[in-house]
Order: sequence, then C-alpha cells, then structure tokens
Amino acid sequence: MPRGHDRMERRASRPSNESSIKARPCNHLPVADSDVAQRRGYNKRMTTAIETVEAMERPPVSMGSRLEGELLEVSMGPQHPSTHGVFRMNVALEGEIVRKLKPVFGYLHRNHEKIGENASYLASMPYTDRLDYFCSMTNNWAYALSVEKLAGIEVPERAEYLRVILAELTRLQNHASLLGFLLNDMGAWGTPLMYAFREREKILDLFESLSGSRMMCDYMRFGGCRVDTSPEWLARAKKIVDVFPRFVEELGQLIVGNEVVIARTQGVGKVSSGLAVSAGITGPMLRACGVNYDLRKVDGYGFYPRFKFRIPLGEHGDTYDRLMMRVLEMRESVEILKQAFDQIPAGPIVNPKVRIRAFRPPVGEAYGRIEAPKGELGFYLISDGGTNPYRYRVRPPSFINLTILEDMCLGHTVADVMVILGSIDIVMGEVDR
Amino acid sequence: MESLEQIKAQIEAAVPGARIDLVPNGSPSQQQSLQINNEHAREIATFLRDDPALRLDFCSNVTGVDWLDRVVKKTEKVKKVVDGEQKEVTETTEEKIPGYLEAVYHLYSMAHKQGPIIIRMRTADRAENACLPSLTPVWRSAEFQEREIFDLYGVQFEGHPDLRRILMWDEFEDHPMRKDYREPDDYEYEPTPHDDVLEKAKRHYASRPRSDGAEGITSQQ
Repeated sequence: MPRGHDRMERRASRPSNESSIKARPCNHLPVADSDVAQRRGYNKRMTTAIETVEAMERPPVSMGSRLEGELLEVSMGPQHPSTHGVFRMNVALEGEIVRKLKPVFGYLHRNHEKIGENASYLASMPYTDRLDYFCSMTNNWAYALSVEKLAGIEVPERAEYLRVILAELTRLQNHASLLGFLLNDMGAWGTPLMYAFREREKILDLFESLSGSRMMCDYMRFGGCRVDTSPEWLARAKKIVDVFPRFVEELGQLIVGNEVVIARTQGVGKVSSGLAVSAGITGPMLRACGVNYDLRKVDGYGFYPRFKFRIPLGEHGDTYDRLMMRVLEMRESVEILKQAFDQIPAGPIVNPKVRIRAFRPPVGEAYGRIEAPKGELGFYLISDGGTNPYRYRVRPPSFINLTILEDMCLGHTVADVMVILGSIDIVMGEVDR
Repeated sequence: MESLEQIKAQIEAAVPGARIDLVPNGSPSQQQSLQINNEHAREIATFLRDDPALRLDFCSNVTGVDWLDRVVKKTEKVKKVVDGEQKEVTETTEEKIPGYLEAVYHLYSMAHKQGPIIIRMRTADRAENACLPSLTPVWRSAEFQEREIFDLYGVQFEGHPDLRRILMWDEFEDHPMRKDYREPDDYEYEPTPHDDVLEKAKRHYASRPRSDGAEGITSQQ
C-alpha cells in the first residue's frame, strides 16, 4: 500500500473526524445578516445555556523536566518556521498525539503599555503600528477611536470613509496572506503564499503611496486622517479592488475542493460555540463556530451601518470553517470597498478643533474597540488630565484567541497543532506587546 | 438596556450581602462602572452572566490599574471667631487616600448584543501579596489576562487555575507596570564605558566583585 494512502486512511478513521471527507462548497456555507440569521435560527445556539467552562476541572499540569509516564515532552519553538514568530509551546506527547500543551509567551515583550504611559497620546500612534504589523491601519483606527471617545472628538465624513476603505484593504491583505501562510504550513511550499503576496503587494503599494510607508503607516490622527488622497489614488485603488475577486476565486478553488486541505482541516481543532463565547474568542474564529457577532454590525462604529454587507458564519467550528471564513470575508470586504468608492464625499479629512500640541483629554476613562482582521482590538485609556495617559491598555485579539489553543489541540497529532495554530491567525508583535 | 442604578439594585436583590458602588466617569465616553466587593465578586459575576435580561456572557477586556497613595486638598470657607469678631477664613484640609490596585472587567452580551458593563475590584493595599478573587471560573477569557495582571501588577488571584508569570520570565521579581517600578541598574557590559555610563557602571559593578578578582570596569586613561 502506498504511504500516502495509508496516511489518508488513518486520518479518516480518527475518532475526532466524524464527518465523512467531502468537499463543502463554500457557496453553501451559511451567510447571514442580522434578520436572516434570526430567521434561520443561527442565534439559537446562543440562547441555549452557555456551557460553563470550569477551568479548574482540568488536571494540574506540571511541565517540569521529568517525564510523566510514557509522555514525551517537546518544546516547540520559539525558533520554529510554523509558529509565526517567536512563539513557544511546551507539548507533552504520547506517540504522536498531543496530551498537554502549554503556550509560553514573552519573547517579544517590550512592555508596550508602559511605553504608552510614558509617551504623549499622539506619540503612541506610530507605536501602535508595531502591535499587529500586518494591519497597522486597523491598529491606528482602534487607538484613534478610543482617544476620540475619551475626549469626545467628532470625525469628518470623508475621514470616516477613508478609514473604512483602508481598514477593508487591510482586511483583504491580512486574510490573503493568512491563507498563504496556512497552506505553507500544510506543505504547499511557496506557491500559494506567493500568489497571496502578489495581491498583498498591490495593496501595500497603495499604502505606501498614501502614507509613505508600506507596513508602518501611522496614518490616523485623532479626529481624522493625516493626509488626503488624490483622485488618482482612489482610481488606482478601485482598479485593484475590481480585479481582486478573481484572485479570491482562484485561491478559493485551491482550497475548497482540495483533498489534502480537506483531510488536514475538516474536523481538526473543533471549538463549540459555548466555549468560544466564554473564552472571549472574537473575529473570524468566533464566527466559524456559528456565533453571529461582528463589531461592524453590533457597534456600528465608523460608517459601517451605511454599507450593505453580510456576515459569513460557519457551522462546525473546525479549521476548515475558519479557512472558509477568510475567503468569504474577503468577498464581503470587496463589496464594502466598492460601495465606499462610490459614496466617498469631498471635504475636510481632519477635525480642526483638535489640539495637536498639549492635547489633554478630560479626566476619565474610555474603552474603544473595532473589528480588526484578527478579532476585537480594543484600547482602554484612563486620563488624569495630563498629556500622557495614566493607563494605556491594549486588548489584543490574537493573544486572547490563544486561550483555548490547548483545548483545540488535545487528541490531535503534532502536525495538526501547526495547522490549528495557523488558523487562529496570530502575530507575535500583538501577542507579547 | 437598564441603567447602571437598576443593575445595581438587581444585583443587591439577587446576591445578599453584595456591596456595590457606582464609580463616576467624567469623560465624554460616559462609561461608568460598578465597584463590587471582593467577598461576593464571584457570585455577582455569575449573576451577571446568567441573568436572562443581562446575559453578559462575553468578558472582553480584563486589566489592572495601579493607583498610588495620593493627597486630596480641599479648601473650604469657614466662619470663625477671630479676636472677638466673626470672619471668613479659608481652611485647607488634606485627606490622604491610600493607594490600591484595581482589576477592571469589560463585559458585553453576545446574546443580546449590548454592553459594556464595567465592573472593578480593588485590593486593600499595594502590598506584595495584594489579593483579589479570580473570575476565570466564570469567564474563561480572563485566564490569560488575569495571569498578565499577576505578572505585571502583582495581584494574587485566588482560585485561578494556573497562576504563573506570563510575559516576564519566571525568575523575574518585580512587577513592571506598577507606577513606582524602577528599572534595574543593569545593562550590557560596555567594553569602553565613558561619561555617565562609566559612572553608572562603577556604581553597579562595585556591589558585585568579579570572582577572579580582576577589576571589571576601568576608566580610559
């Protein structure tokens, strides 16, 4: 029997892989906006009793140096090509099966929050680029939104449209490169990643011509944006967005019916919706479990209520659904971008009343959050009336999404750990801060 | 969604013995919070999560805040009898508020799509073993975030399943997010130190003689 066949058979007979292996066409994944979701009963699961996750019930784990029984302890990372940065997991293996897994953080820790407390409000803006360095535009927006809440600043209409355009472009390039990396982790070495990076490159070129930097954009300001776009820039962006669906379909075809992808992702790393809600999972990972919660709809920040778009929802909460969430969200982002290009008005891009020097928000606190590509990105600020925040806190989505990494990996093989970790979508700059 | 006063009354009715204070917020954000007492914190949290009208099932953000000792000066005009006639005298009273550490929880409801409700707990003081009850058994999302508060602020969470340092290394001793944290006077060895680096290095290495007896740092002559 050829080796490959044996491997496929073993995978198919795993107890965790209950559903038979067949392609689930991504067109048929439920896509729900608010009222359709209600009608189809997607929120039913939400109204049933949330499973109480008694974290205490898990056996105490000692990851000392001694071996426990037949378990083999392996330290995966921090130097590992598939951990997406300096992330380390202490894994206890029984044969090839993961029995315990403890993530180890802090290799990239520079106490971002302390630096934020020692800098003025505006001086922290370029530093937020370094949190999730793939999505600096959304980091900027989350921070600007929180400061605007703290100081009660209004944002002009054109600036809000620009923010939506840039955030959705960020979402496109983040999801595209995530899919590339994930296929890379599964052994599709190079090619899909280069496909994704070809598209990402176009969007980064747009960022560069607008803000002067490809990744560290530092574009948003309190009450607006830093520089205005030219009509040529908008035309160029429109052209790139118009041809983007071709790439999404192409990449989708690589994934949807691909036998290897299906064998490695369906039924792997399943999360129940109750556990996901309790563990504070947000973003595509939450919606893959079928929970309809997208801050663009729920909070309606920016001008998102003005756009017509749908929220893709998964059914199984496994790695395959998390992959599909990215493909479907890219389609919806393209729709939002098309509407934004049609509607964007002329006008000022920054609120002239905002003081740049000696900017002192009133005493108090504010928590602002947005739907970043990786999940809910929030900033919690306390002002004591001075030029520096008294407390500056980042709520990093990928850090909190890692809470249930162990629950997802138990009982799976080491090779699956890499796929599950890849589907969470982490960036260490944000996890360790 | 009900106002915070109504929620406060509901909690006090449901959890006997709960003491709740409304913490005002002067910012335009209007995000006021409830300070709950530590003894009943877990019951209050369970009530907030399970109450069918509130269903705060999603604990988004958990964080610590360090408040140092501070002195609040109050000036009041008091009528006093001075030298037999009544006069208005301004008197300044000083009130010393001892410092404390605070844990802040931002709660949302995914079922009802509403929020935030902010609850906070305060420690008695800023001592090394300042203690708060853990809410990880109620919301699993607090697991890593409470570990982070323990690591960076030094708050012991009672009932946390796995309370270890998370961002700093295990041997690290201080809590770097505290306001009175001082950076250790320890930095990489410079082969040719000069100016203030030399002064600092001399101070630093004076207390740690090298094992082979050689002089660690010499000034360039």
